[in-house]
Amino acid sequence: MTNRGSLRLMLLILSATFAFLYIPISVLFALSFNASGLPTAWTGFSTHWYAELMANSDIIGAALNTLIVAVVSTLSATLLGTLLAIGVEIRRRKGRLLETVIFAPMIIPDIVLAIALLSFFSMLDFRMGLHTIIISHTVFNLAFVCAVVRARLKSFDWSIVEASTDLGATTPVTLRRVILPVLTPAVVAGALLAFTLSIDEFIIAYFTAGSGRDSITLPMQIFSMIRFGVTPEINALAVLVMTLSVVALAISQRLNRGRLPGQ
Amino acid sequence: MTDRKPVYLMTPALAWLTAFMVVPCLLILALAFFRRGIYGGIVYEFTLSNIALVFDPLYARIFLKSAGIAGLAATIAVVIGYAAAYAIASMPRKRQPILLFFAVLPFWSNYLVRTYAWIVLLNREGLIVSLARAVGFEGELPQMLYTETAVVIGLVYNYLPFVILACYAPLSRLNPEIHEASRDLGASEWTTFRRVTLPMTVPGIATGFVFVFVLSIGNFVTPALLGGGQFQMIGNLIYDQFLTANDWPFGAALSMFLIAIMMGLLTLQTFASEKASGQQRAEVCDD
Repeated sequence: MTNRGSLRLMLLILSATFAFLYIPISVLFALSFNASGLPTAWTGFSTHWYAELMANSDIIGAALNTLIVAVVSTLSATLLGTLLAIGVEIRRRKGRLLETVIFAPMIIPDIVLAIALLSFFSMLDFRMGLHTIIISHTVFNLAFVCAVVRARLKSFDWSIVEASTDLGATTPVTLRRVILPVLTPAVVAGALLAFTLSIDEFIIAYFTAGSGRDSITLPMQIFSMIRFGVTPEINALAVLVMTLSVVALAISQRLNRGRLPGQ
Repeated sequence: MTDRKPVYLMTPALAWLTAFMVVPCLLILALAFFRRGIYGGIVYEFTLSNIALVFDPLYARIFLKSAGIAGLAATIAVVIGYAAAYAIASMPRKRQPILLFFAVLPFWSNYLVRTYAWIVLLNREGLIVSLARAVGFEGELPQMLYTETAVVIGLVYNYLPFVILACYAPLSRLNPEIHEASRDLGASEWTTFRRVTLPMTVPGIATGFVFVFVLSIGNFVTPALLGGGQFQMIGNLIYDQFLTANDWPFGAALSMFLIAIMMGLLTLQTFASEKASGQQRAEVCDD
């Protein structure tokens, strides 16, 4: 790829791809500040729709629910996922079944996990609400935390664990004083990734939320807003939701030493 | 540390996954073999009728249609994604991480929001129509939203970042000397690409294709929002069985097929990747 012609072609491909990826998002962004709220005409800059959003108690309620679900499921998934990662990496013997169970939550189609959990909860006569969303989100979140932490553990120098044990430290002490400090950036990166996934997750939440209005999360609110009559407020909401997950991801990415999750 | 100790570290997570993933999935598997009650609900009587119903022409058509749309979306995403990944890999090394970062960034924003953006663009009073009017287009524009095309565009748009990532990985690992060697031996740029670069990056293509296909075939958000209920895909069909038609056993049977398709493809993909890397090793040995 030394000649000018192919360089020009490469730049053309890149520009076209980035235009395709970013124009739709940029349109939403611009639209959220359009006074009329309609895509047909620009009638001046306004933060009116953001103010409207803040005054909408349904949306604020849904946002609070989302936050509760995301925070609790992230905390539980981070604890479970980190311990799982350490346990799996310490073990010398790697079982195929174990690997499958750990990877399954990441690749199983959302709709299948969603209906499986719905059937499970309703057959047990388990009342559904925010707590069932939290339980369900913890399932896939712990798998992602585990994957991020395991990636870090691959380059971990296990001889320092041996040194710690030789010097008489018990396993819990070694865990707390030796393994965890090294792992902290990866654990935080995994937690932020889990937080992002949980905030954005729609299908599983939709199926495990039960029928009450008080367990509606933000993505569920957005879905019904899109489906049943689009109001201009949704542009502002879209921009806020998008910004939140991108910021969380950017921090996660920095902590994870410049690597994107999944990379 | 001995082999015994890590077990208790893994226990809480494995217990969680067993209770809230393995058991529910087995439940669905079992459910597929029970009968539906007259008023919904489940009658615990063994039957194969749900499985048979999946092959009913009416539903088999929906499966084929979903597979067609998923296949089209996956093909387009792979073509664009591979070209983009190739372009990124041909930029100066220092610039590549930031380009890749911005290519993948949209993937981590809300799926519903990204889909909604296309409603804004494709709508009858949407941006594309407005732009066409602004440049003086008077005629009747074809309906764009609530069509199959809109669904395919939505799927490609949403999953493209992942394909770029999947294709970039093997492209960035290519040894530039192999490329040079091929050129020195007189192969044209195109021949080099076709005979050297492409075969060595098959694993990335396979991963990208399978990923888009699997996520598309079971998708229910995109057909619901961009297809406007004009046609059903498997995801919507499963959704209906559980939330409106109240035929859980049939919904469970449909899910099992979805899982079967997915596992089949993932196995093929692993096979393709292993074959590709085996071939490379063999070729190196031949030299």
